[in-house]
Amino acid sequence: MRERLRVLIAKPGLDGHDRGAKVVARALRDAGMEVIYTGLRQTPEMIVEAALQEDVDAVGLSILSGAHMTLVPRVIQGLREAGLDHVRVFVGGIIPDEDVPALKEAGVEAVFGPGTSTQTIVEAVRRACGEG
Amino acid sequence: MTVELVLRILEGDRRALARLISLIEDDGPPAQAALATLYPHTGRAHVVGITGAPGTGKSTLVNELAKGFRQRGATVGIVAVDPTSPFTGGALLGDRVRMRDLAGDPGIFIRSMATRGSLGGLARATGDVVKVLDAAGFAVVLVETVGVGQAEVDIARTAHTTIVVEAPGLGDDVQALKAGLMEIADILVVNKADRPGAAQTARALEVALELGRNSAGPGKDAAWRPPVLKTVALDGSGVAEVLEAVAAHRAYLESSGLWSRRERERARADLTGALERELLARFVARVGETALEEWADRIARREADVYTAVRSLLMRTDSGGCG
Ligand code: B12
Ligand SMILES: Nc1nc2c(ncn2[C@@H]2O[C@H](COP(=O)(O)OP(=O)(O)OP(=O)(O)O)[C@@H](O)[C@H]2O)c(=O)[nH]1
Ligand SMILES: [Mg+2]
Repeated sequence: MRERLRVLIAKPGLDGHDRGAKVVARALRDAGMEVIYTGLRQTPEMIVEAALQEDVDAVGLSILSGAHMTLVPRVIQGLREAGLDHVRVFVGGIIPDEDVPALKEAGVEAVFGPGTSTQTIVEAVRRACGEG
Repeated sequence: MTVELVLRILEGDRRALARLISLIEDDGPPAQAALATLYPHTGRAHVVGITGAPGTGKSTLVNELAKGFRQRGATVGIVAVDPTSPFTGGALLGDRVRMRDLAGDPGIFIRSMATRGSLGGLARATGDVVKVLDAAGFAVVLVETVGVGQAEVDIARTAHTTIVVEAPGLGDDVQALKAGLMEIADILVVNKADRPGAAQTARALEVALELGRNSAGPGKDAAWRPPVLKTVALDGSGVAEVLEAVAAHRAYLESSGLWSRRERERARADLTGALERELLARFVARVGETALEEWADRIARREADVYTAVRSLLMRTDSGGCG
């Protein structure tokens, strides 16, 4: 087990809503994790490259634009192609309930919508990465 | 297992490179074994440090410098250091936000690092991570420190060339007198030159340099006068001049023999640093964590002072030292 969990928080696509991503990044930092924040307008390729270079345990995608059904599977496929199958993927933002099963089918660990407490998110990341 | 990791790194495997960096951050015997195997492959990279106060534009400048080096055909490894929170142990590493132009280039590798309690502006492991990027074949390694004040000058020991970044409007004249940072600068950059007050800041730096030179002791490299350059990292203006200055500084280091002198100084600092850590770890293993904590309690309660504690702890081990 490594000393500190490392988590990448990214905003894929053209979506400019970054409050949720920043709230989650700060909450994970306050829970003792090392959080790499990539900022806005990331392509799936950029996210996979950053996850590889930063050797993260988990990737968190924040999407409020409605483009999650195209963006999320591309990130997960990219991670697999890069040999990063062990990296857990979380998604948050505006995700309709009916899309959640398909996202989980694609390999997403968990999906969190508006109003989720940061404590819930912290615990989910810890559990999925084998801590807590 | 670490030998295999090292072989893969030397073959250019980026996932192995990322993995080894994590091992080095977490320390321990596997990391040290890998570093030993890699060490003969180091010594080729030009290590350039970028330091300065928080928010002066270090990351944005690193982004531009990296693009410039790539245009000139050099591959670039980047280590960007941000502070660990002393309260939670967590860290928010945000320097990549400014380096998005570098994505998708196999000639570039960016790694964010948290200080994990080190106070000198770098993490304990930064020097070793630089060595790994060097061994992996990156021609230039750029190291961005945390946003620093005046005491965090570790970068001067890690880098061949240190760039100190200032920006107008930080309280220019006082800023320029921050002796610690001025002294380690090989190149001074006034970034955000699109903002009012840049010329004034540059002048204040020139004056401070002049004062520093006049009072400089014999240890100062008298033949290199740090240039003061203005940049707008946001649009890249002035960055070509910084790249030229970096190349000129490298040429100066090589022709003056300073390159090898700095390597020698670094080797000695690395050696004493590693010795200190190792000796302390061995000592603690020997007397036990509890003994240490007990003395800390007593010192805090004013029942003993630090020096009495050290003498007493050392006496408990037969040699009086450790080994
Ligand atoms: C604030 C806001 C804005 C601000 C954004 C400011 C900013 N810098 O973020 C502004 C005014 C700029 C804006 C603009 C727009 N917005 Co707007 N905006 C909102 C609003 C009201 C709140 C979003 C917010 O910040 N919430 C607070 C944060 C903390 O919550 P959160 O992001 O949901 O995050 C939580 C969870 O989702 C989860 N989470 C989020 N990310 C992640 C990531 C991980 C890894 C994890 C684990 C969890 C997680 O945890 C967080 C904490 O609980 C929402 C409506 C709503 N109630 O959500 C609309 C909304 C998101 N916007 C919407 C729209 C349409 C737009 C515009 C296109 C409007 C327009 N026509 O111009 C533009 C587009 C801007 C752009 N470039 O993308 C729609 C999206 C519709 C959709 N997806 O189908 C919404 C849903 C409003 C609506 N009901 O129509 N918007
Ligand atoms: N006007 C102007 N703004 C700039 C310039 N360079 C950078 N900035 C802005 O300054 C802010 C800080 O830039 P960074 O590159 O993140 O600064 P930094 O020194 O790396 O910051 P820390 O790592 O947090 O210490 C950002 O909003 C940049 O867009 C410039 O040349 N002109
Ligand atoms: Mg920075």
